[in-house]
Amino acid sequence: MLRRTIVRLLFVVVILSFALSLAAQTQPPSRGGDVLIKNATLLTATHGRVEHGSVYVKDGKIAAFGADITAPDNVMVIDAGGKFVTPGIIDSHSHMALDEDVNEATSPIVPQMMMKDAFDYTDKHIYLALAGGVTSAMLLHGSADMIGGQAVIIKTKYGLARDAMIFPNAPRSIKFASGENPKRVFGNKGVLPSTRMGNFAVQRQALLEAKQYMDDWDIYNEKLKKGDKDAKAPKRDLKLDALADVLRGKVMVQIHCYRADEFLTEMAMAKEFGYNLRAFHHALEAYKVPDDIAKQGVGIATFADWWGYKYEAWDAIPWNAVMAMRHGVKVAIKSDSDDYTRHLNQEAAKTMHYGGATEEEALRMITLNAAWIVGIDDRVGSIDVGKDADLVMWSAYPLGSYALADKVWIDGQLWFDRSLPGYGMPNYREGQ
Amino acid sequence: MNKQSAIRRRHSVLKAVLIAATLLLGVLVQAQESKVIALKGGKILTVTHGTIEDGVIVMENGRITVVGPTSSTKVPAKAQVIDAKGMTIYPGLIDSETHLGLTEVSADKMTNDLIETSDEIMPHMHVYDAFHAETMLIPVARVNGVTNAIVAPDSGDTLPGQDIFIQLDGKSAREMILVKDITMPLNFTGEQRRNESFDKAKYPQTRMGMAAQLRQAFLDAQDYLQKQADYEKKSKTDKTATAPKRDLKLESLVPYLKGERPVVLAANTAPDVETAVSLANEFHLKFILNHVQHAQKALDYIASLKVPVIVGPIWELPKENERYDAVYSLPAQLQKRGVKVIIASSDAHNVRNLPYQAGYAVAYGLPYEEALRAITLYPAQAFGLDKDYGSLEVGKMANIVVANGDPLDVKTDVKHVFIAGQEIPMDNRQIRLRDQYSK
Repeated sequence: MLRRTIVRLLFVVVILSFALSLAAQTQPPSRGGDVLIKNATLLTATHGRVEHGSVYVKDGKIAAFGADITAPDNVMVIDAGGKFVTPGIIDSHSHMALDEDVNEATSPIVPQMMMKDAFDYTDKHIYLALAGGVTSAMLLHGSADMIGGQAVIIKTKYGLARDAMIFPNAPRSIKFASGENPKRVFGNKGVLPSTRMGNFAVQRQALLEAKQYMDDWDIYNEKLKKGDKDAKAPKRDLKLDALADVLRGKVMVQIHCYRADEFLTEMAMAKEFGYNLRAFHHALEAYKVPDDIAKQGVGIATFADWWGYKYEAWDAIPWNAVMAMRHGVKVAIKSDSDDYTRHLNQEAAKTMHYGGATEEEALRMITLNAAWIVGIDDRVGSIDVGKDADLVMWSAYPLGSYALADKVWIDGQLWFDRSLPGYGMPNYREGQ
Repeated sequence: MNKQSAIRRRHSVLKAVLIAATLLLGVLVQAQESKVIALKGGKILTVTHGTIEDGVIVMENGRITVVGPTSSTKVPAKAQVIDAKGMTIYPGLIDSETHLGLTEVSADKMTNDLIETSDEIMPHMHVYDAFHAETMLIPVARVNGVTNAIVAPDSGDTLPGQDIFIQLDGKSAREMILVKDITMPLNFTGEQRRNESFDKAKYPQTRMGMAAQLRQAFLDAQDYLQKQADYEKKSKTDKTATAPKRDLKLESLVPYLKGERPVVLAANTAPDVETAVSLANEFHLKFILNHVQHAQKALDYIASLKVPVIVGPIWELPKENERYDAVYSLPAQLQKRGVKVIIASSDAHNVRNLPYQAGYAVAYGLPYEEALRAITLYPAQAFGLDKDYGSLEVGKMANIVVANGDPLDVKTDVKHVFIAGQEIPMDNRQIRLRDQYSK
């Protein structure tokens, strides 16, 4: 009898924990979505500082912000006690949660690779980034290939299932790379490319083939339109499909690129083939040709002060970001590192030290400008009405050595709270 | 013949003139060195005697001669006075683990002398034999206020060689290297194992192997020491006694066996710390602990050892089961337990960011004064250099930094750096590139 009761109880426990685990894995938290954060020092990234400011969040969006904001009585109120509140940090260059699957280095042209297929949404690094105030990140293919795979853009809602973590309807981006990495990877194999000449020859060849492929499909579709029943569809090729989308301007191109001469070559090639070159990543020599980069409307996602790790990083200077910005280049500071992504606020503050960026300029480099590079600046990246309520409350002035993310909201939901025990995640339980 | 001797005579005259010129130059340099400089009106963080809100500090002959409040301190009439109003003045920072002068471009093998990987036991490698004084990295680090550093080989060997203590200024390695063989890293982090796959396995493949290999090395050194002693004793009476064959490797371990110098014992996890410490104790080694990044379970044990601990770098990622702040908060956790916490960069290119790491440790609970000591006084004490370094006190070397704000904050700009009383030009290759492309 007793044994049967125990068995039954165990059964209930198993079912319950299974249900709970499903809930923990897939359900967004019930709490949040609507919140009033008041008595905060808002750093908006677009409208400067608002002292004694409030942000009213409704249905996960910023409904109002400013000095005199009220909310309906039933809305949860958070008193920031004068603390700083900024937009959530956006990391425009990350490889977190891609495990060992970051580089399909078996061919220099692999545009058909989808980072979404490598994305390990259970990876703890997402949580670490969240705890550093990161709310969105673009996860890119590695830089072994001249034309790598397509990025996945996420919100750092650690604990959710894969598709619930992906930034909804973000534009597509693809990673190109130039310089030493492809040279080394393929040069070591004794195949093309092993020089910068080879790099660009391989890239141009691929784009030419894609152009032909795109034209073949255009001709075919034209024939269909005209009612030609004998029209024969060209054979579909995933690789060329992806590149044709690049040529049609449907995919933004993000290029890993260090040297000034390579920026010029890449920009010329983008013009020649007519694709949307969005940003140079790393871009450590942007300060040498800032006018050229600004003129073509290309952004840069760069390091604050990392240098010397390879020869093409030898001319890196910590004034790069601000010098490029002063010439009209849209500049983001990115991590490219599971460590740096946790303190991008400190990295951004270095631009105030090196070159004298203003508070708002420095903040934009890890929020609005980063969002622009990813193509999500109409949705996130600043405290503005209508934008996603991705917000961080800081323990101290965020652009300095001493700030920790106290609370992080994503879509108005509290995802991280440093004051909580354990991992500090209100809706996440380990192992459930 | 005559012609030749005439030439020879002319040569010796020339030589004499040259020597005289050199001597004169030496006197001139000496005269320049003995220039008296006073920094006046700044906030002085002495590190050992609190903060002087409005102070003056005077240096002469490379050393600090006066420190005190502006109101009650007399500045020598001959002093060149530098106005430091609104500035913060603090001791030159000391980085307790760097690879400065052993690497230039990380990815370019030919510019790296970081480590010999042919064997795990390489105590006879001396950093001073590889130290490249003209490295571009040093001027980059020092304009951010780092004036002194320990230079260590990379950590891929259990005993990778012996470190030097340098000042980040000088015309040659001779001027920059202040102490040769100041300490020896003893690495027990697991990374020293070779060829982990079974098919390529080479001893030592496991931590057990590493420990056994290390123990054998010290046993051999003890034996070597004994043979030397026996010989010395015997040779006093027996003229035919033959000296034992010298062995550089074992000879290098002797000063450590005798406790004359500390080893820097690097371990990460709690079990590694305990294994490494018991090995050190077995041979009565003096030691400083290093890293301890994932030794959260052994913090009380570490504190009970009563040794200085180099913590971090705290940028190390937490392990899978650890909270986001598991490593960040270690300096504070250890300091609470009474440990003298030292913070090091364990880097080369990023040595300039040493103060920001200390700042981040403050954000995670390390008291501010302790964070400043972690990169000044405590390293000096740990390596037996505090007579000359680590604080702004009369008699200590004039390694002084003047900045426009809090030394640990990222936004602060360093304005003057003095090393051994000499003002360092605020210049390096990066600054030159900036200026070149700003025109």
